[in-house]
Amino acid sequence: MNFPVIRGTAYVLVHAPDILLGHGTTITMERLKNPDSEYLKALPGHLRSFQEAVGYLPNQVYIGNAHPRQLAEHPSPWYQHPVEAKTQGKYGQILGQAEFYGLMKIADSFNLVELSAEFAASIKDRMPAANLSPKHLAQLDKTRDLSEIIDMVGSHQADGLYLNGQLVGCVREAHDTDPNLSAHVVFENLVCKASGVLALVNLLERFQIDPKEIDYIIETSEEAIGDMNQRGGGNLAKAIGEIANCVNASGADIRGFCAGPAHGILNAAALVQAGIFKNVVVLAGGSSAKLGMNSRDHVNKQMPVLEDMIGGYAVLISENDGVNPVIRTDIVGKHKIGSGSSPQAVIQAIVADPLERNGLKITDVDIFAPELQNPEITVPAGAGDVPLANYKMIGAMAVKRGELDKSELAQFTGTRGMTGFAPTQGHIPSGVPLLGMIRDELLEGRIKRAMVIGKGSLFLGRMTDLFDGISLILEPNQGLVRETGLDLEEIKEHIRLALAEAIEKAADILARR
Amino acid sequence: MDMANQARIKETAEKYGTDKVVVILGGAEAESAGLTAETVIAGDPTYAGPLTNVALGLAVYHIFELKDLIDPQVYDEQISMMEMVLDVEEIINEMNNIRSQYQEG
Repeated sequence: MNFPVIRGTAYVLVHAPDILLGHGTTITMERLKNPDSEYLKALPGHLRSFQEAVGYLPNQVYIGNAHPRQLAEHPSPWYQHPVEAKTQGKYGQILGQAEFYGLMKIADSFNLVELSAEFAASIKDRMPAANLSPKHLAQLDKTRDLSEIIDMVGSHQADGLYLNGQLVGCVREAHDTDPNLSAHVVFENLVCKASGVLALVNLLERFQIDPKEIDYIIETSEEAIGDMNQRGGGNLAKAIGEIANCVNASGADIRGFCAGPAHGILNAAALVQAGIFKNVVVLAGGSSAKLGMNSRDHVNKQMPVLEDMIGGYAVLISENDGVNPVIRTDIVGKHKIGSGSSPQAVIQAIVADPLERNGLKITDVDIFAPELQNPEITVPAGAGDVPLANYKMIGAMAVKRGELDKSELAQFTGTRGMTGFAPTQGHIPSGVPLLGMIRDELLEGRIKRAMVIGKGSLFLGRMTDLFDGISLILEPNQGLVRETGLDLEEIKEHIRLALAEAIEKAADILARR
Repeated sequence: MDMANQARIKETAEKYGTDKVVVILGGAEAESAGLTAETVIAGDPTYAGPLTNVALGLAVYHIFELKDLIDPQVYDEQISMMEMVLDVEEIINEMNNIRSQYQEG
């Protein structure tokens, strides 16, 4: 069977402290309930500079400048031990807030983002221009007087775009009464779209892929795009592809909370393997609402507010090229509606069952990529070390199944797992951040098999109390598989024989004359 | 303990009587299990939810404390894996601490 391959991956981050203050829900809710609280007063003093955010090791791991294993060896707390602050990485880049506002303007198809002339001029030369169309870049020439922007924000027709507290632009409401097209919602949607665009252009540029090659895009964030008659109607996938000049692509959005990306990759793999499309991009931008989600605990614990990064990723799934690592579409784990929601039932369904069905053990997997939240963000908030908890559960399941001795449990979590490094942006940490590293290690022959696990908490939408999860197995490419039953040499031999037969007949006819 | 769960516990205790309700926890960490136990015994210590200043004095146990009451096969299927993962002793100690703290008070 010719399995689909992971042809490329890209990871991007945006440092967004002013967006955190204006749009993080923990902050906006507090402002409504306790506008004079000590927490709100202390918060600005806990925000990081761009330099500090870029030099933060987990962020460098995310864009591919450091291996996740370096985290465990690095002195902690990581925020007190910076590394070299590189904005460009092997897999992507870290963008500042100013350039990101420019990208929001470029990503805006309805003239809802307004930038002051002075600000627009200051960022124009700093935009990540590759694979953005000149038509879209020219958007930065359309500006507004700052006085008009101040009036729009003052009259609540627009949400401000701030840089170090200074107003430099705004996002206007798209309708005067529709709550789904309010300035706040349009702002959130554009943040997701623009960070998705950033991930896509990084993927195309770094892997030198012609945007015209992309057939289909699957967008997997947690944003709802639509007006009051079709909240969540979509389609961010095409909206993002348009800005990156993927003129031959169509697309659609797939939702599944934090498990969205894993469902997206599974669907992309199926489309490619079925031969419907050759190149499918799975991607997502990030979330402004989740910025500073645990900032109350970070402020209380006298540490920097580390949830100041908007995340994004893009993965290209292509038909088998005989080189890139394959997605084993015959070894897929799924949490079924009837699986049950105890942690044990979940690990059984997602991890143990698919392996067992294919004659494999948990210990046959070299690397597991479950949820990869940065523990330095979650532990101070009382949410524990999420990846470590997952590795312990997978190891304990292996012990229960007699595949691992209990004394090897601690070693298992260290060798088969990675320290978490992803920003707590819901769908962003779920398995996907390790795809770049896994692809490299499979290509270089350092590992033989990896499992990517996406998990989702569906109760958040109040429609079901069910849990959710999907797992996929990645392996090295074993070379192209013959689907016709004949290789080139065999076809040539057939032609030779047919020709010889024809010549013989012709000679025979001539001889008879 | 989140607001919705506090409201549900309060409503259930009022409906059936505080002596007829037992709260069983499944929390993964000793500290959070202890806070939840404290909330349903003495009221919300964070003064944020419906159980603020409401001392229900409910009986409360962590599921790990009830192992002997559970069908061994069900326990093996549902909980035994987590028994290996979590710090059972720390959780049980914290539950005992919280209970004794308020029984004495």
